Amino acid sequence: MSIRIYVPRETTASSLGAELVVEAIATEAKYRNLDVTIVRNGSRGACFLEPLVEVETANGRVGYGPVTSDDVHELFDAEFLTGGQHNLSLGNVSELPWFKNQERLTFARCGLIAATSVDDYKSLGGFVGLQNALQKSSADIVKEVLDSGLRGRGGAAFPTGIKWKTVMDAQPDGEHTQKYIVCNADEGDSGTFSDRMIMEGDPLSLVEGMLIAGIAVGATKGYIYLRSEYPLTQVILNEAIANAHKAGYLGANILGSGKAFDLEVRMGAGSYVCGEETSLLESLEGKRGEIRPKPPLPALKGLFGKPTVVNNVISLATIPVILEKGGKHYANFGRGRSLGTLPFQLGGNIKHGGLVEKAFGLTLRQLIEDFGGGTYSGNPLRAVQVGGPLGAYFPAELLDTPLDYEDFAKAGGMLGHGGVVVFDTSVNMARMARFSMEFCAAESCGKCTPCRIGSTRGMETIDRIVAAKSEHEREYQHIILKDLCETMESTSLCAMGGLTPMPVMSAVKHFKGDFQ
Amino acid sequence: MNSIVNTPILFDPQLATPEIDFGTPESTSTETVTLQIDGHEVTVPKGTSIMRAAKQLGITIPKLCATDKLEAFGSCRLCVVEIEGRRGTPASCTTPAEAGLKVTTQNGKLAKLRKGVMELYISDHPLDCLTCSANGDCELQDMAGATGLREVRYGYDGENHTKAKKDESNPYFTFEASKCIVCSRCVRACEEVQGTFALTIQGNGFRSKVSAGISETFLNSECVSCGACVQACPTATLNEKSVIELGTPDYAVETTCAYCGVGCTFNAEMKGNEVVRMVPAKSGKANQGHSCVKGRFAWSYATSKERMLSPMIRNAPTDPWRKVSWEEAVQYTAKRFLEIQAKYGRTSIGGITSSRTTNEEVWVVQKMIRTAFRNNNTDTCARVCHSPTGYGLKNTLGTSAGTQDFASVDETDLVLLIGANPTDAHPVFASRMKRRIREGAEIIVCDPRRIDLVDSPHVKASIHLPLRPGTNVALINAFAHTIVTEDLAAWDYINERCDTKAFAEWLEFIKDPKNAPEAVADLMGCDAGQIREAARRYARAPRASIYYGLGVTEHSQGSTMVIGMANLAMLTGNIGMNGAGVNPLRGQNNVQGSCDMGSFPHEFSGYRHVSDEETRKLFSDAWGVEQDPVPGYRIPNMFDAAIKGDYRGMFVQGEDIAQSDPNTHHVEAALNNLECLVVCDLFLNETAKFAHVFLPGTSFLEKDGTFTNAERRLGRVRPVMPPKTGKHEWEIPVEISKAMGYEMHYNNAAEIMEEIAALTPTFKRVSFDRLDNEGSMQWPITDAAPMGTPIMHIDGFVRGKGLFIKTEFVPTEERVTPKFPLILTTGRILSQYNVGAQTRRTMNNLWHDEDVLEIHADDAAERGIKDGDLVSIRSRKGETSLHAKISDRMQPGVIYTTFHTPSSGANVVTTDYSDWATNCPEYKVTAVQVALATSLSEWQKQYFDFNESRRKLEDMMK
Repeated sequence: MSIRIYVPRETTASSLGAELVVEAIATEAKYRNLDVTIVRNGSRGACFLEPLVEVETANGRVGYGPVTSDDVHELFDAEFLTGGQHNLSLGNVSELPWFKNQERLTFARCGLIAATSVDDYKSLGGFVGLQNALQKSSADIVKEVLDSGLRGRGGAAFPTGIKWKTVMDAQPDGEHTQKYIVCNADEGDSGTFSDRMIMEGDPLSLVEGMLIAGIAVGATKGYIYLRSEYPLTQVILNEAIANAHKAGYLGANILGSGKAFDLEVRMGAGSYVCGEETSLLESLEGKRGEIRPKPPLPALKGLFGKPTVVNNVISLATIPVILEKGGKHYANFGRGRSLGTLPFQLGGNIKHGGLVEKAFGLTLRQLIEDFGGGTYSGNPLRAVQVGGPLGAYFPAELLDTPLDYEDFAKAGGMLGHGGVVVFDTSVNMARMARFSMEFCAAESCGKCTPCRIGSTRGMETIDRIVAAKSEHEREYQHIILKDLCETMESTSLCAMGGLTPMPVMSAVKHFKGDFQ
Repeated sequence: MNSIVNTPILFDPQLATPEIDFGTPESTSTETVTLQIDGHEVTVPKGTSIMRAAKQLGITIPKLCATDKLEAFGSCRLCVVEIEGRRGTPASCTTPAEAGLKVTTQNGKLAKLRKGVMELYISDHPLDCLTCSANGDCELQDMAGATGLREVRYGYDGENHTKAKKDESNPYFTFEASKCIVCSRCVRACEEVQGTFALTIQGNGFRSKVSAGISETFLNSECVSCGACVQACPTATLNEKSVIELGTPDYAVETTCAYCGVGCTFNAEMKGNEVVRMVPAKSGKANQGHSCVKGRFAWSYATSKERMLSPMIRNAPTDPWRKVSWEEAVQYTAKRFLEIQAKYGRTSIGGITSSRTTNEEVWVVQKMIRTAFRNNNTDTCARVCHSPTGYGLKNTLGTSAGTQDFASVDETDLVLLIGANPTDAHPVFASRMKRRIREGAEIIVCDPRRIDLVDSPHVKASIHLPLRPGTNVALINAFAHTIVTEDLAAWDYINERCDTKAFAEWLEFIKDPKNAPEAVADLMGCDAGQIREAARRYARAPRASIYYGLGVTEHSQGSTMVIGMANLAMLTGNIGMNGAGVNPLRGQNNVQGSCDMGSFPHEFSGYRHVSDEETRKLFSDAWGVEQDPVPGYRIPNMFDAAIKGDYRGMFVQGEDIAQSDPNTHHVEAALNNLECLVVCDLFLNETAKFAHVFLPGTSFLEKDGTFTNAERRLGRVRPVMPPKTGKHEWEIPVEISKAMGYEMHYNNAAEIMEEIAALTPTFKRVSFDRLDNEGSMQWPITDAAPMGTPIMHIDGFVRGKGLFIKTEFVPTEERVTPKFPLILTTGRILSQYNVGAQTRRTMNNLWHDEDVLEIHADDAAERGIKDGDLVSIRSRKGETSLHAKISDRMQPGVIYTTFHTPSSGANVVTTDYSDWATNCPEYKVTAVQVALATSLSEWQKQYFDFNESRRKLEDMMK
């Protein structure tokens, strides 16, 4: 019997040599005349263990990692095919505390299955949600999503069910109104990778989520707007879509239901701001990625002027489990108005980087210390930026803030897309604040004045603060910076200019001493 | 003969009212909402922005990126407001008014935010207000004032664009990038208003900047210089060179453009008697504030040094001109005309009215002919363009005019465009059509060339039928055949509204398989399936409209084709409602008017035949001269009679027949035979080279009167300066007439219109007063329709029952043979106009200074012709030469040129064939051979020699 070996085909693992490992295993097995099947799964999320090689044994999936191609010969010698001991041995991977302590709903299958295999997907509950949805009315599907309490995982945290209901009810051209499902896969926030991981590890969950969304709101066409920096993801997504087509899950008549849905992957062109939904739509229409004013909401006048659901990858990939297990089940996780789970992404100066899916409510400290194991350098932690480049910088004193949308807002920050970037004592926070303005200046679409000009003036003002020759001059420049941030926050057209003041002012607030 | 030129009729600057900018476009919703702004209640149509609602109350919210000609954009962020119960400070331009809202437009917080935004703007803007060309006319300057900005705390040494390079490539405006505030108004105007998509914002963030194309100069980009961007620009960034030179204007006079049949309303912005710039008026119903490169910028011909301002006479065309007084010129003309009549008879003289002059000027010329000349030898240059339109629509529907207003296109679902190239010839209407197409309407193009509307940014024709020139009637019959045999006709409509007996006969005719697409497809060079599909789409569209141009009329079957289109529209019920109709696109500003005014040899004003006793009596009584029941000469008859010797004297107003009429050799022979040719024009044109008397005319900037555009709209033309010639053009025929023994009595042009209204039922309620006070109107303007008639035939056809007339396809006699294997067809280009008399005297030559021969690569290769080679074009009538341009717009077998330059000699080649009903020349089909040439044609050499000899005569005069 052929032995199944799992080696991720995933961007992180690949960048750490997974492809070489695969080649080495295949060569070695052939040389040793051993019957092995190399399964290309996604990453299970423990980036610090990649490339993680797993072998299916009588005692479950036994892991070795991080493996380089140089280790392969030794692993064979150590009889890893039967779970033999080696200094890279991790034992049964699911039993590692890193995984065991997670609460995986969205990422339940990710890394366990051959990423694009419909059979593998179905073997772990895939397409059950779709089957359930096909039995329901549109309104009942939407109700299930409302009941789940799911909020937009792209960062804005708008209730997904309400968005869907708006699109479901929108019929400007009568009951045959063309509608669209657009998946925002322009994952540009620094320190985030959950979208990519699910698309590379369990792409069919996204396909299924979009399908269910289409059925719910009456859309027949979906687009995945994928950032250009994810070429491998594009290949995997297209494979998954083709497989879903072959199996009858996409096309003119889904599983004989008479309902139609088709999906297309469209590549972005390297713009951060195209992750904002309206400029994403502009870009998808072939135009310059520029923010549209709201109203009209994309839900009413979206892609090509038609009612459109624009959801983040994680929001959509979470839909199958909600429809599979029920909205109530999902709402059992989390607390308050932050229900369900969030796949946190640990990065920066951290010992154990990777993806941790947990119900809302654990503290930032638990995440960073218990899962992340503290800083990579071993130096004390000085600051954490949660929620991407527009998120606030928290000092160590705020580490006990619970990871919850409302609690974070109260503390002056935001959860955003769940990216957590850790800095140790070597960081200069004035430089980080300047970088926020710099990022805005580089990535602003250039449409609205406060963002277009303000970001550049922000950089210059911070430079003047740092270079100030007197305390008086420094304070004066601080006033200008504060006024500028107020203008940007209140008058910017979108969150890009509107939120850039958040990291800047949080740095000023918590680390003012660095500004000199 | 006291001139009455001193009567003060110039516009009173005090009456000028500046246009109000409401910030966002008007909402067309019929539902209303009531809200409170700063405590004041206001009710507005649903969909109105808060900004516009506030302006309606008289509350001006600061703004820079908003203007009511463009959709709200929301980029400048100056217009933020607070709304009770809502978070943040939304932009009032993009936030719609909703019932019950309580809006605050000004408080401490808003003031601080606006000042903050303004501070950012000015931190990247040059501080040269005092020497800036927009000083006093700059919205940025206004907003700095309105927001109370007193200080820019960022200083001016940060990163900036104040050293950005100026683009002066366009002859009419500059692009001063250093002053750009990146509001995108120019980019949006190019997209939304003009529909060309030539401009874009390049780069992002702080590096965002306006760019023509991809870093091209404006002149080299796809920019068509329509001026929409210049008008939209709130700063000095895009500014007219005339403003840069002369400064900002003092006052504006609303008037009507003198170029094409769209009839755009303009504000002539003035300083004293000098025009600073022409700006399209938002109030213009034909153009809604839009313009093209000609009307907007190419008006300098009106004050060109080449203009002749003094009357001149000479004994023979080979003599030098002699400048004389008006008195002498008029007496001389009258004397010679009377002598000719005495010698050769009453009908030996006549005249041609112009489609470029006002209705009032046309009226007095035809009146002079019918009274002082005592004959009907009056024709108009519309003869050579749209006479078949009058004939075809009159006989089928009952009115010699298009059925719709331009606004109708906003409602159409399908445009069937036949033989017209609106983006070049009627650009402002083309923009409106393109907007409708972008909104989702379909367009089907029937044209031998791949014109822009077949395939350009955001416009794709669903079907292009590149039919061979001369096969229009086969096409229209194939359409009708398809609709009838596939049972797509509007049978109820036909039964109710049309003459059923005539229809039954027509039905038998059209059903004949010889009219089937399959039977004519080869002849047309089109695919039968495509023809069928086009017919089906036209028939099935809820509202389908036909738009056409000279590609329909200038054929030997021009009238048949117009009838065929009317048949098709009736067949599908597409007449009498918004969004449908049969719409001629008129070439010149007053083609419609010159036809309406009774300048045809067989018709009095309002298209009443001279044989009709009642009408004749009306005019005989009114004018005190017995009217002749026999129609006079048409233009081609005039030439024939001149060659024969029966016709010896001619008054030609504002038409250059020596250049514009077909078969130049023939025309020149006729002109050489005249004993007295009187030319009334702005310039010593080609025809004047054969003339005995030259009477200087006035430009539209000096005229007081009306033009009637292609939608039957009467627009006022108002003088912004006194006549440079010392005489109103309408006075000229009045005075010649008097000198010949017939007196007319008008104190001003308004009185001429009074007479027109009194004698023309369809103009009954027209007067200058009404047009001045109530705006432009579309005839019929009668007691039943005192505000005019935008759409005709609504409840039934003007002639009673719509008449189907059989349209047998009779191919032209002009056939291709091995000796003349190619078909030459002609047309226009955007930057030039007609024979070029006006536009060639402007900087529009930068875009097009020479007519070229467009030829398909295969035809060129077969003849060894490369791009740019000089080639001869030889027809049975003559030969000329042009430079070749290999063009993929052409189909093999068909070549194309424009006729904007006299030396091109396009009409040396064209034939005598003409429309069977109206003698409209067949400009669009000439069988020719093309070959590489080593030198200019004989005709061209003669032309230049002749020109040189005439020029010497002119020099002698000086």
